[in-house]
Amino acid sequence: MDFHFTKAEEAFRAEVRSFLDANLPASDPPTEAELRAWNHALGEKGWLGFHWPKEHGGYGGTLIEQFILKEECSARRAPPLGSDFMGLTWVGPSIIMHGTEAQQQKFLPELLAGDSVWCTGYSEPDIGSDLAGLQCRATRDGDEYVINGSKIWTTLAHKAKYIFMMVRTDPGASKYKGITCLLVSMDRPGIEVRPIPALTGVHSFNQVFFNDVRVPVDSRLGEEGQGWMVVVRALANERSGISEATEKLRHLDDLIALARETRRGGRPASEDAAVRRALAGFQAKISAMRLNGMRYLTKQLRGEPAGTETSVNKLVRGQLEHEMWNLSNALLGSSAQHEGKWQTGSLGYHGTVIGGGTPNIQRNIISERILGLPKD
Amino acid sequence: MNFGFSEEQDLLRDQVRKFLDRNCPLDRVREIAATPEGYSPDHWKLLGELGFLGLILPEEYGGAGLGWTDLVVLLEETGRSLFPSPLLSTVLAGALLSDAGDAAQKSRWLPGLAAGTTVATVALLEADDLLAAEGVQLRAVADGSGFVLNGEKCFVVDADFADLYVVAFRSGDAPDDLGLAVIERDTPGLSVVPTPTLDRTKRVGSLRLDGVRIGSDALLGRVGSAWPAIAAHLDRGAAAVTAEAVGTIEGVLDLTVQFAKDRVQFGQPIGHFQGVKHPLAEIYVDLESLKSLTYYAAWALDESPDHVALAVSEAKAFGAQAITRAGIDAIQLHGAVGYTAEYDVQLYLKRSKWSRPLFGDEDYHYDRIARLGGY
Repeated sequence: MDFHFTKAEEAFRAEVRSFLDANLPASDPPTEAELRAWNHALGEKGWLGFHWPKEHGGYGGTLIEQFILKEECSARRAPPLGSDFMGLTWVGPSIIMHGTEAQQQKFLPELLAGDSVWCTGYSEPDIGSDLAGLQCRATRDGDEYVINGSKIWTTLAHKAKYIFMMVRTDPGASKYKGITCLLVSMDRPGIEVRPIPALTGVHSFNQVFFNDVRVPVDSRLGEEGQGWMVVVRALANERSGISEATEKLRHLDDLIALARETRRGGRPASEDAAVRRALAGFQAKISAMRLNGMRYLTKQLRGEPAGTETSVNKLVRGQLEHEMWNLSNALLGSSAQHEGKWQTGSLGYHGTVIGGGTPNIQRNIISERILGLPKD
Repeated sequence: MNFGFSEEQDLLRDQVRKFLDRNCPLDRVREIAATPEGYSPDHWKLLGELGFLGLILPEEYGGAGLGWTDLVVLLEETGRSLFPSPLLSTVLAGALLSDAGDAAQKSRWLPGLAAGTTVATVALLEADDLLAAEGVQLRAVADGSGFVLNGEKCFVVDADFADLYVVAFRSGDAPDDLGLAVIERDTPGLSVVPTPTLDRTKRVGSLRLDGVRIGSDALLGRVGSAWPAIAAHLDRGAAAVTAEAVGTIEGVLDLTVQFAKDRVQFGQPIGHFQGVKHPLAEIYVDLESLKSLTYYAAWALDESPDHVALAVSEAKAFGAQAITRAGIDAIQLHGAVGYTAEYDVQLYLKRSKWSRPLFGDEDYHYDRIARLGGY
């Protein structure tokens, strides 16, 4: 066991810090122009494809460097590492792993330049947590696939240039074997995007309809029927929870400040033992989340197969989000019903808790895959 | 950065687990817990021979010279097996002697601790259960080059097993006027009163000191400046109890998962139902988080003194809650049989009653985290 970093890693940390000193947006939240500048600076530095291999134009950063970069950025409340989060995290690496040379040349430079926005089409109206049951059809017709069906909860579909989508190409094959991955331009005729406003009033996700949408066969990523493998490998790139832990630490700072500002019976709420203990409890859970992430990272470094670490940290985070926002509402008292930063936040966190699989789905994964309990 | 155990540590775990599975399965735990002695002197001797008792003591005094990241492996396994023994108290007393004693004192006492011929414990708390310097009120009055001690110590772990006590005493009225004395069992004026406990695998008791005379050779460090040594002992104690709690939670989770696979209701194993499998998943999540916090605290004890206080308090606070919840949920998931004396799950619930308050419960440690964080 060793929590020290090498000299080279510490030097990299210093490099990240000076990059942040020079490029961190001044406003909180950042303006559109500041976000573009931030994105541009990341691209210049080569950090947009941070974990991509060098031969594909990435930075070739190690897992430890990624950890340092994410932690430093979160500690300074930096915007995400590139505006096309899904493209850089999941789509790009999938294209590197499974794509043809033509696909790599077409899509990767755009991703690295920050010029494209990708959305991902997994969920469907009737298919949520049971992803492999997806039904959106693609039928082969000569040199083309014809897509019919619908995708839902598609984040950023209204801004995306491309969709990375899973379709069923062989309804006769078993559930997992009839799925194929397609890379589709969002400007194809027959694609319609309908916004689904969130309960916060913010428009980020959509339903996407495919009505006889024709795409060339070379839009296919990997072989026909290999889509499930593509998606499983893409999602293996899931987050360890380390940068989320640092984000929660900043959230805790804000909550401590709120507790100090809030007066109860003429005294700051932060002097209430129950409030202080709750805050300390959050601090311990945040540490646990960060350390869980570091144990996961060590497993990755040792080349050991991933278990259900991301499910564990997703549940730790879900509970933290719930408890922290709940305390903020309790501190706000009657003004919890007003519009405001804390109040809206206490609505919005539900999105992060549900996204990527609800807590009950994570509990199923843990109890079935780790504890060996019977499947539902 | 490397947050995992080494091959040697994995081997140590295998070795300890094999020893405990062979020598002390749960039916044997029950037999031993039912004896007046409460532990098996044969097991104790074997542990000494295998080198487990002196794991973190210096090699020159018969120890193995290893660290806390090794010790947590041993304690996790003893906690997992609910192993009845004065291991925890002897290890902590040894660490305190090693930390605060001079060369002559270490040569005199440590080899016996490492070999398993001496059982030792630390006597700190008193009737008001205050885990702080002010909690130490047992008075020492100077008598020639030594002192005379009068008072009572409570909640002393393994009091009745011990041959040797490290006793905290008050030498003056300033808050930190504290000293530490090493007192042997047969010293005139010392008497031990065992206190009946819920968890019969863990014994505690009180010490009465009536005019106990100690010489200067029995004083650890300088009288009047013992608090730092006591504070360090408190951190080690909290880490050790938490390491055992990690194992205990793992043990009760395994037991309850097996029950959920075997027990059939409504035509299915009850582990099929989400009302059963989800609470089990929650125990697993707590266990994973507690492992991370505990291993980090152990590493800090070995390598990073500045991080000890926070790391230990985070682990102990989280652990106190996690073991309490695991004990309660495991009983309820068993249903009616969980309430019987026959089923083993009750043993883990009782262990949580010992583990939670020892070296500070969650409130004590959350208050400390808040203080350290300046809020």
